[in-house]
Amino acid sequence: MADGNNDIEQQIRDALDVPCLKPGAMEGLKPFVAAPEHQEKLGFPGELVPDWKEKALAKMKDLAEKNRAFQVYLDACVKCGACTDKCHYFLGTGDPKNMPVARQDLLRSVYRRYFTFAGKYFPWLVGARDLTEEVLEEWYSYYHQCSECRRCSVFCPYGIDTAEITMAAREILDHIGVGQKYSNEIIGKVKSVGNNLGLNPKALRATLEDLEEDIEDDTGISVRIPLDEKGADILLVTPSADFFAEPHIDGLIGYAKVFHETGASWTLSSYASEAANFGLFIGSYENMREIALRIRKAAEDLGVKRIIFGECGHAWRVAYSFLNTLAGPFDFLDQNYPIPQHILEYTWDAIQKGQLKLDKSRNDHLTLTYHDSCNVARASRMGDMPGGQFEIPRNVIKAVCNNFYEMDRDTIRESTLCCGGGGGLLTDDLMDLRIKGASPRMKALQQVTEDHGVTHMAAICAICKTQFSKVMPKYGYDMDSIVSVHQLVSNAIILTGQETEEDEQNEEEAA
Amino acid sequence: MLSVIYALSFYAATLMLVVGVGLKVWKYARTPAPLKIPTTPAPTTTAGVVMRMFREVVFFESLFKSNKWIWLFGWMFHMSLWLVLVRHLRYFIDPVWFWVAFAQPYGTYAGFTMVLGLLGLWARRILVERVRYITNPSDHLILALLVLIGASGLLMRFVYRVDIVSVKLYMLDLLRLRIGELPSDPILQVHLWSALALMVIFPISKLLHVPGVFFSPTRNQVDNPREKRHLAPWAAQLEK
Repeated sequence: MADGNNDIEQQIRDALDVPCLKPGAMEGLKPFVAAPEHQEKLGFPGELVPDWKEKALAKMKDLAEKNRAFQVYLDACVKCGACTDKCHYFLGTGDPKNMPVARQDLLRSVYRRYFTFAGKYFPWLVGARDLTEEVLEEWYSYYHQCSECRRCSVFCPYGIDTAEITMAAREILDHIGVGQKYSNEIIGKVKSVGNNLGLNPKALRATLEDLEEDIEDDTGISVRIPLDEKGADILLVTPSADFFAEPHIDGLIGYAKVFHETGASWTLSSYASEAANFGLFIGSYENMREIALRIRKAAEDLGVKRIIFGECGHAWRVAYSFLNTLAGPFDFLDQNYPIPQHILEYTWDAIQKGQLKLDKSRNDHLTLTYHDSCNVARASRMGDMPGGQFEIPRNVIKAVCNNFYEMDRDTIRESTLCCGGGGGLLTDDLMDLRIKGASPRMKALQQVTEDHGVTHMAAICAICKTQFSKVMPKYGYDMDSIVSVHQLVSNAIILTGQETEEDEQNEEEAA
Repeated sequence: MLSVIYALSFYAATLMLVVGVGLKVWKYARTPAPLKIPTTPAPTTTAGVVMRMFREVVFFESLFKSNKWIWLFGWMFHMSLWLVLVRHLRYFIDPVWFWVAFAQPYGTYAGFTMVLGLLGLWARRILVERVRYITNPSDHLILALLVLIGASGLLMRFVYRVDIVSVKLYMLDLLRLRIGELPSDPILQVHLWSALALMVIFPISKLLHVPGVFFSPTRNQVDNPREKRHLAPWAAQLEK
């Protein structure tokens, strides 16, 4: 083989290839700053406050007292370097400030200067520095180049989680009036309308009715997608992208078909028509809690017995790990089921009980791999066993598809790579970063395409799906190469009473 | 004169180490973790968490996943340090406990692997671009201090012998709040003073990773948020 070809192959194979340092490569990249109206809706000052320095330091002190992780992680790092090659944004950009430890140090250096003995008296020795406007600019830039995916925390000998530091930094910035437009505007919409898109109940109802028609046209069976139905057993909370974006919407159709076949009584809520909770991204306990409480209220108002979440990564983190804390206790729900439950737990259960009639060959036109979404993989669980969050989605995929291959083991499960758009970075003003941040994942995908002819990648996160449909074309894939897991379920499911092509053929032969 | 100065410094350094680390531990223990943030997959029981922490602090499990070179040098250094510390107990107790006596030969040679591990870590700080970028002067100084302690110890053990019996008598006296006579060999002085320096900087430096790891929520939390409600005291106030 010619040397040239060898190079290309090498390039594709090393998804985790470490770049040389390119200092300043991503310097100055900044997402749009939130307007005063967006800030104030969330209880933050509208613009940079005059005494920002005092306010920022006061907030830092407050966080150190309220959050053990923040305090311990600022103290414990030994600069061993274990995390330095673990961030997809570093791998994609080469900017040293995107190495997890260096990102933490942007804040740690200031913490040391004002709150530690060594930093107060020997700043040069421990890399401590004053809080200046330049530092503030740097914070805004690089704390919006972290998707809070926690990959670094897996590899840190002390479990230092850069996401915790990023969230704290954003919380400090918000409190002095410098918020990010994308996240904060969306949180405002959830609070006033009920979902990230600002879709009002009337529009939502119309959308769902259209979808019901689509399913009936497609299958000949009437499958309902109920909205605000009091007395239903199950409240489904799903990311609002499931109502209109591709491939999300095909996932929603999948949930509806599963509920239909299992004979479940279920409903969506227009008041809590959003599973996403961007309060997590900005590290605001109060905002996260307020959004979570909408789900509790919807469940109470509708009188449901169970809450199930649709496919969304960070939403499942907030649901699984935090919902009980933020909006519990849920003693008014049926205690025989997990609270909350993931749609994949529900579907896998139904598959095991034989409640779904599945024809795997209906997905034979696809050769699949599975992308573990970061928040599901490293910040939540499904089922009873640790690691269920890896097994259950794969079990479901294998139950509905014939052609499935795994990507490189260092890029899946707990070592999965972020899609590049998580943590509040899924905005067009960060497109350059998103494309570069996706490159490790894309290289791992290209490898299985080459080795096994993989054509499509399945995911269970609204952000992953949107991000990949945008950036996959840059890496030589069609935008519909990313699919929902429940889209695969939807393809394979044969609804009770539904005539299949085989049936039709048989009828023709009989006649 | 030197014996007295060292004795007073020894007491002061011990006090700073114990009080300094004690205060930090107190602070960590009292600061709430408002949310459940274990890095998953995580154990679902307390016993499981104890095992996870055990693997973390004894085998450096996460570091092993991350980087085999850092793991090799780091683990070699830390485990050797334990053996060396155990061996050094003999200078503070009389009669010597059997397990300390048992560790004696291992602890002696662990001095070499300890210094070797340190040199490996130091080489990475200088040679690996990424690690060089994140290194502060204090990181070099702490390595230098540890190498100094290790190297001076090895020199005394294998090259320039000191009157170790007198040293032990002096230490035993110190523990009984009596000040005896400390041999004045320069290498011994370097060894003992740099050990004090390490004790003093412990609670104000990155050496806080030692107590810190036990308080890391991503490692010490049980993965049971659906089964058991977790609520920080300050967060409970929001519900009123």
